[in-house]
Amino acid sequence: MHNFDFVKPSTIADAVKALSAEGAQALSGGQTLTPTMKQRLAAPATLVSLTGIAEMKGVCMGADGLSIGAATTHATVAKEAAAHYPALAALAGGIGDPAVRNRGTIGGSLANNDPAACYPAGTLGSGATIVTNRRKIAADDYFQGMFTTALEEGEIITGVTFPVPQKAAYVKFNQPASRFALTAVFVAKFADGVRVAVTGASNDGVFRWTEAEKALSANFAASSVAGLTVSPDGMIGDLHGTPAYRANLVKVLTKRAVEAAH
Amino acid sequence: MPKDHGIGASSKRREDVRFLSGRGYYTDDSALAGQTYAVMVRSNVAHGRIKSINTANAAKMPGVLAIFTGEDFKDVGGNPAGWLINSRDGTPMREPKRPVLAHGKVRHVGDAYAAVIAETYNQAKDAAQQLADDSEIEELPAIVDMKKAVADASNRVHDEIPDNLCFDWGWIEDNRAAVNAAFEKAPHITTLELVNNRLVPNAMEPRSSIGEYYPGTGDYKLTTTSQNPHLTRLLVGAFVLGIPENKLTVVAPDVGGGFGSKIYHYGEEAVVLAAAKKLARPVRWTAERTESFLSDAHGRDHVTRIELASTKDGEILAIRTETLANVGAYLSNFSTATPTFLHGTLMAGPYKVPHVYVNVKTVFTNTAPVDAYRGAGRPEATFSLERIIDKMCRELNLDPFEVRRKNLIQPDQFPYTTPVGLVYDTGNYQATLDKLIDLADVAGFDKRAAASKAKGKLRGMGLSTWIEACGIAPSNLVGVLGSRVGLYDAATVRVNATGTISVMTGAHSHGQGHETVFAQVVAEKLGIAESQIEIVHGDTSKIPFGMGSYGSRSLAVCGSAMSKAVDKIIAKGKKIAAHMLEASENDIVFADGKFSVAGTDKAKTFGEIAFSAYVPHNYPLETLEPGLEETAFYDPANFTYPAGAYLCEVEVDPETGKVDIASFTCADDFGNVMNPMIVEGQVHGGVGQGIGQALLENTTYDENGQLLTASYMDYAMPRADDVPFYTVDHSCITPCTHNPLGVKGCGEAGAIGSPPAVVNAVIDALHRGGMTHVKHIDMPVSPSRVWQAING
Amino acid sequence: MTKVTMTVNGKTVSREVEGRTLLSSFLREGLGLTGTHVGCDTSQCGACVVHVDGKAVKSCSTFAADVDGATVKTIEGMNNPDGSLSVVQQAFQDHHGLQCGFCTPGMVMSSAALLAENPKPTEAEIRHYLEGNICRCTGYHNIVKAVLAASGQDAAALAAE
Repeated sequence: MHNFDFVKPSTIADAVKALSAEGAQALSGGQTLTPTMKQRLAAPATLVSLTGIAEMKGVCMGADGLSIGAATTHATVAKEAAAHYPALAALAGGIGDPAVRNRGTIGGSLANNDPAACYPAGTLGSGATIVTNRRKIAADDYFQGMFTTALEEGEIITGVTFPVPQKAAYVKFNQPASRFALTAVFVAKFADGVRVAVTGASNDGVFRWTEAEKALSANFAASSVAGLTVSPDGMIGDLHGTPAYRANLVKVLTKRAVEAAH
Repeated sequence: MPKDHGIGASSKRREDVRFLSGRGYYTDDSALAGQTYAVMVRSNVAHGRIKSINTANAAKMPGVLAIFTGEDFKDVGGNPAGWLINSRDGTPMREPKRPVLAHGKVRHVGDAYAAVIAETYNQAKDAAQQLADDSEIEELPAIVDMKKAVADASNRVHDEIPDNLCFDWGWIEDNRAAVNAAFEKAPHITTLELVNNRLVPNAMEPRSSIGEYYPGTGDYKLTTTSQNPHLTRLLVGAFVLGIPENKLTVVAPDVGGGFGSKIYHYGEEAVVLAAAKKLARPVRWTAERTESFLSDAHGRDHVTRIELASTKDGEILAIRTETLANVGAYLSNFSTATPTFLHGTLMAGPYKVPHVYVNVKTVFTNTAPVDAYRGAGRPEATFSLERIIDKMCRELNLDPFEVRRKNLIQPDQFPYTTPVGLVYDTGNYQATLDKLIDLADVAGFDKRAAASKAKGKLRGMGLSTWIEACGIAPSNLVGVLGSRVGLYDAATVRVNATGTISVMTGAHSHGQGHETVFAQVVAEKLGIAESQIEIVHGDTSKIPFGMGSYGSRSLAVCGSAMSKAVDKIIAKGKKIAAHMLEASENDIVFADGKFSVAGTDKAKTFGEIAFSAYVPHNYPLETLEPGLEETAFYDPANFTYPAGAYLCEVEVDPETGKVDIASFTCADDFGNVMNPMIVEGQVHGGVGQGIGQALLENTTYDENGQLLTASYMDYAMPRADDVPFYTVDHSCITPCTHNPLGVKGCGEAGAIGSPPAVVNAVIDALHRGGMTHVKHIDMPVSPSRVWQAING
Repeated sequence: MTKVTMTVNGKTVSREVEGRTLLSSFLREGLGLTGTHVGCDTSQCGACVVHVDGKAVKSCSTFAADVDGATVKTIEGMNNPDGSLSVVQQAFQDHHGLQCGFCTPGMVMSSAALLAENPKPTEAEIRHYLEGNICRCTGYHNIVKAVLAASGQDAAALAAE
């Protein structure tokens, strides 16, 4: 890979300053960025590691819900969120593999917004709020298509706040090689309704399956989705599955997530 | 009580201590003074004409020491094919030159057309990028699909080969009419078209080579990831670069798996040697994983139409196949033997089949070369055969166990001559089938199926009864059939003065545990401790000669050479003992490490004899040379024929199409077993790879010849949670009749027998679930394919 | 160049590194600790797994500068102080949990991390935990057995032979 300057600030302010330099890029665990740089598909002049910033780490239950620092690793979320939001902890505990979970972070995952990543589903499915150094962004506004988000130049995610639902579950069907989601569904039942977020399936990245939300909000049972159909239009077609296959998975996994929700 | 040492003991592997402590020594682990780094410049188009390569900018970049292109090697030899195949009409196969670096044309994505040598890896990488940017390659239409390649004479992988056909082979051509006649009057014909999916071997250690040159003596050294260093020395030395064998040492140190892909000589080995000479500095090259995907020899890739003629009650009358076999862009060293003599000769399987005819057309395409991968031709034959027998059983509503039992060669029929040119020396296929039925608890299947159903899953079981021919032999026969090498092997047993032993073997261990097992055999034969014996392999300067390890030949061929050398040691020891004990040589018996005079208590230990050989004070010097070292070459009289029966049970999730392996059971006959632990490990590994082929692994080129599965992000390797604990058994033993240890090969068995068992199980599950419209699903039987088949 | 200091297998080491220097290169080329292997470029295969501050990480996807100050343990640091094999290593030998040895360092490091977190894992937990470590030789059977045995469970009974 091309060489670069490496900096590891210890405060958000220093990180923002470092990232304002020409060609600077944030590194938050690097489990996706490092392989990309090896392939020379990314070549930052400066890499700003965000994992040394104490104020961006940790899992904390508060009045608004469960707050997770952006530089918190998947492994830490899997462990520390378990008591507060088991479905989200389980999601984090199923990302990649243990070694990847010890380095990869929630902020890194959300900033990248890989169309087959797990966290976008948990975040959108929970109706979470993405907190940056500048503002708070509702999940519904944050995800703007494959690898595209509402983040602006120089803006970094500092944390995410998750409202905790009454019941939730995440059911992932692995792409057999990468172990990313071939398709995965996050279902969350709140007092005021149900949210269903799907990752891995759509060419537009994570999305909400609103028909299922409506049906499940009326009756939170697997049978509620039985009569629904998912259109393969706009679904991803690749080596591992056709659009029609992914459309089928959306429905099957939603049903299974409802059954698994607790 | 199981044995605790020698033949038959599960001796722990001595090599493990270094591997487990991080002290293995693989090619890329070396650090040499003055070393430089090579990076290959590889084509990013599948087919193209090289218009120009401008090296000027790259040459000026920091650290760059040398640049090579195809032009630099245009006058040296090509990397040859090791086996000449003649077409049905008697014409020899087409053999395009395989250059060190592509010259004139690039023929697959990843085809190296230049190499950059620099002081550091990153400098070489930077300059390689520059060189790629400064190269003009006119892209030509890619030839990817084999049927189109043969049909379209205008677009050619090699300009001189009009129909992209290497050869059109018939086996046995003279039998063709009789086979067709048998089909004419057959009561039932079953037909199946299937794909044997292209696989990437994926040894976990990427290929790596280091060239060194000593200007003072003119000697070269190549350290490389090879399964057979002597063959590499012959190819890169004598055939390609013209370096005499006595000026080139090839060392293959610890090698991290091969599975066939490291049998062959690759162009990078010639590049690092030529560059080392030019710079008089060590030159090292190590593949990145994606380079491995693009440039290692791939495996399988057959498209086959198989027909089976039978009676209505399942007696097999004749088999006929037509196969298109992909060789990729160039002929890798054994690429022509794999789809022919390693495939066609197995098409009778373990069955009494009166008539068999095999036709193979081997096709050039703009893809990576295809060659032998674990099993090599025999998995392809076994898959075709076991799938079509299963299909016949469904069409005729017959029991797959009974149909196989009816057709298996009977134990009293050995030696058995097949209609495809082999003579099976021994076997008992009923015994392994019976063992399997018992071990796999076939009787309890319905109960397990009911439990699966309660979970919403469909359970099925699939059977495969397989045979292979391994330890390829004998040299005079393979020579007649077109082999350009001999397939004997050699060993030297050096008894040192203190009684310790160094065994130099032509086998190469890259995971098989030879250092342990070969020591067990020698220890048993000499009645001494395993710890006194050192096994030396992988270095042409130390070993007399060797053809390396592949094709499940190590113990059957190399081990036999070693055994013969030990016999010579014993014979000489008897002469020494006779002198020392003042007895006739004929009265000396050797047992338990002692030479004794029969019927007396007069004896000399092995150590005493060894010492006397090197301190020959009381020694028959007038008739016997001092020293105790013997070399033997062994050329096998026949292949060995391991065989067995495998049963796979699967659970299919009908909503997602996902297949889980519920259980996998193997009953094998490997002849005599030297180390049960290692044999079982070989079967586990082979079955793991077979499950990978059946369910997960696919090598996909798009229509432009771009490899879509060029990393572990898209090429699905079996992981720990994709497979179950396997049940394996090797207690059914019919010892090989023609080698001294009575052993058969076990390395490839698992990969040969398992894929059809898995696919048969999936089809069975779907049929039991009422989805009888599904006749076949091509491998890998991925969730989306199963779902498609169910809903298609 | 940046100066990094780490404690590797109990010894403090300092080196000047480039920003792009991966932890795997730092160990292999910088310190000569070649037991850590590189088998892929995409952080899938796990041959490069080492422990950083007690946790398994993929050293080929971690920059050396990003773990400045850390305590690192590699396969070379796994043996007992007297040089003998540790419990996990010994279990791999006893149960033939390795063949070519290339994935083995990562496999051992991941297994040791698993047992530190979960001293008595089930077969399913072991298989799941090792999903980031690819072995091409063993079919995983004996690796899983070795980890069961290292945890003090009856591997033979659990993996009926």
